[in-house]
Amino acid sequence: MRAALASAALQRHPVRTLLAVLGVAVSAALLLDMVMLASGMRESFRQFLLIQGFQLRVSPKGTLPFDSEATIERAGAALATLRAHPDVVTVSPILGAQTHTLRGDSAHTAFAVGVDPGVQGDYELLRGANASAPDRVVANEAYLRLTGRRLGDTLDVVVGFDPQFRSYTGRRALVLVGVGRFYYTATNQAVLAVPLATLQAMSGAARADRVSLFMAKVRAGASVEAVRAWIERTIPKVTAISTETAVAQVEERLGYFRQLAFILGAISLVVGFLLVTTLVTVSVNERVGEIAVMRAMGVSRAHVVQQIVLEGFAISLAGAVLGLLLGLGTARYLNAILSDFPGLPATFDFFLFQPGAAWRSLGLLVLSGILAGIYPSWRASSLPIATTLRREAVA
Amino acid sequence: MTGDGGRRGAAARAVAGVQPPVAQPSSAPVPAVRAVALARSYPMGGEEVRAVRGVTFDIADGEYVAVVGPSGCGKSTLLNLLGVIDRPTAGSVAVRGRDVSAMSDREATRFRLHNVGFVFQRFYLMPTLSARENVELPMAEAGVGRAERRARALELLRYVGLGARERHRPSQLSGGEQQRVAIARALANSPALLLADEPTGELDARTGAEIIDLFGRLNADGTTIVVVTHDEELARAARRVIHMRDGEIVRDEGRGTG
Repeated sequence: MRAALASAALQRHPVRTLLAVLGVAVSAALLLDMVMLASGMRESFRQFLLIQGFQLRVSPKGTLPFDSEATIERAGAALATLRAHPDVVTVSPILGAQTHTLRGDSAHTAFAVGVDPGVQGDYELLRGANASAPDRVVANEAYLRLTGRRLGDTLDVVVGFDPQFRSYTGRRALVLVGVGRFYYTATNQAVLAVPLATLQAMSGAARADRVSLFMAKVRAGASVEAVRAWIERTIPKVTAISTETAVAQVEERLGYFRQLAFILGAISLVVGFLLVTTLVTVSVNERVGEIAVMRAMGVSRAHVVQQIVLEGFAISLAGAVLGLLLGLGTARYLNAILSDFPGLPATFDFFLFQPGAAWRSLGLLVLSGILAGIYPSWRASSLPIATTLRREAVA
Repeated sequence: MTGDGGRRGAAARAVAGVQPPVAQPSSAPVPAVRAVALARSYPMGGEEVRAVRGVTFDIADGEYVAVVGPSGCGKSTLLNLLGVIDRPTAGSVAVRGRDVSAMSDREATRFRLHNVGFVFQRFYLMPTLSARENVELPMAEAGVGRAERRARALELLRYVGLGARERHRPSQLSGGEQQRVAIARALANSPALLLADEPTGELDARTGAEIIDLFGRLNADGTTIVVVTHDEELARAARRVIHMRDGEIVRDEGRGTG
């Protein structure tokens, strides 16, 4: 009956109740989005780095992967050293280079990665076959859109292209055998994947035994940090960075941003709390006479408190459910906008839905709704019955 | 339930087709209400208002008493004291032999639920509940099962002439009908005492007369009624009239005829 009474009290002013629920929903959506943003960026970055399970990146000393054109020399020897370590399961060498695909007078620019197709962790094959032979190439959808080429076409690809003189350091006729989704490149960036040896040969003698990066997987149970330290000690002129270190660095850089997100989340929580408190207090003030009569009829203080707390709970629960949908929709929309930022990998999400964090934050909102009902319910249950009825009669 | 005997809740039992037990002869019957040197004062604007000044009276089981007097004479305060929604500053009140003046809030609430029915001038029905649901409220609070309270609520609505209006909300009922629903609600837990504060105050003469008739019927069926009123018709319908002035009983007409 208390639930029926609470429901009846809320239905009395349906528009007001709806507006309050919408207000709480907006607070809940903002809270959810801030939680998704604050913890989501870090988690998304971690998932982004671990997408194929490589925990270590080895790049030229003092650089981060692909933040410069620097390369690791004597890559073959370095690769052999890495593969010899008992805790290293897989090593994927990668060379990055700017390419041009020539067709008549046109030259389309694409970023190419030279990989070992058997162990690569840069893309997933969507259709077709892998670039397992020296004259094979895999492209992404953006490349196909840019060049208008199809699977089976032979591409005229050059490296070190000078458009003015139309000169180049290397040129190959490559057959487009597969279409892939590349994890670490921007959504609209045209990308090719060719065998490492092919790209090294096309890049000229200076890059014949060089790579931009090694990615390494460490055996389960082994210490990634120990392997990382061993790499830096053993292989000259390289920097090895683990996923955890990279995440920690990103987290450090995003520290202020996360604090801001938490503050905004806390503000939205307080706003939700005040909204429910205000609505329930106004509602209680409007029906002090009824409440006094209920008390006169023999309804206990505890039941009055329960009924009014239920009202706050119902508003905050409805707001939280609506806010969940609103927050997810908003996050999806914002992710779509942010994914178009130049240079941002398609697999990276700013807003990441993590069920545990989302339920905790929405649970906190519902709890604040329950707490919000406590003051007005205490006030209502403490009304002096006779005095209230006398005042009501005079009013 | 407290196990009170006599004619407690006789109307509600009559409604359900159950005959009230015949009162056993006794040398000293317990009155429905006994007030002894009852006083209530409260501060107002820095001064102490002595609303009720040491009144003493008994109301026998089954009596129909009207309390009349000018505004501010202490009628409603007296009613509140009898109904255990206010506490006396001096003296005592006993309802069916039980001293209610010193009850804790929890005890008083429980006592009211099972022993006192209230009817107010402004009805105070829950606007979003139907007539039947309004009547069910006190029974739900008392822990009566859904089916039982539904059946009792319907019987009570039929008793007050609103059997066909059970699904109507208060806004769909006239003032007189709303007051009859409020009376049915007051009778829900078969109270020993029905207290009414200006029950015809917001009704026109015709609907007021219907309520007066209903009170007469209730009393005839054995319900003890105390009504505070300015309505001469309602006061005339009572078998006993207590006149108050300045917090004191100045005349008590018809005493002992109930």
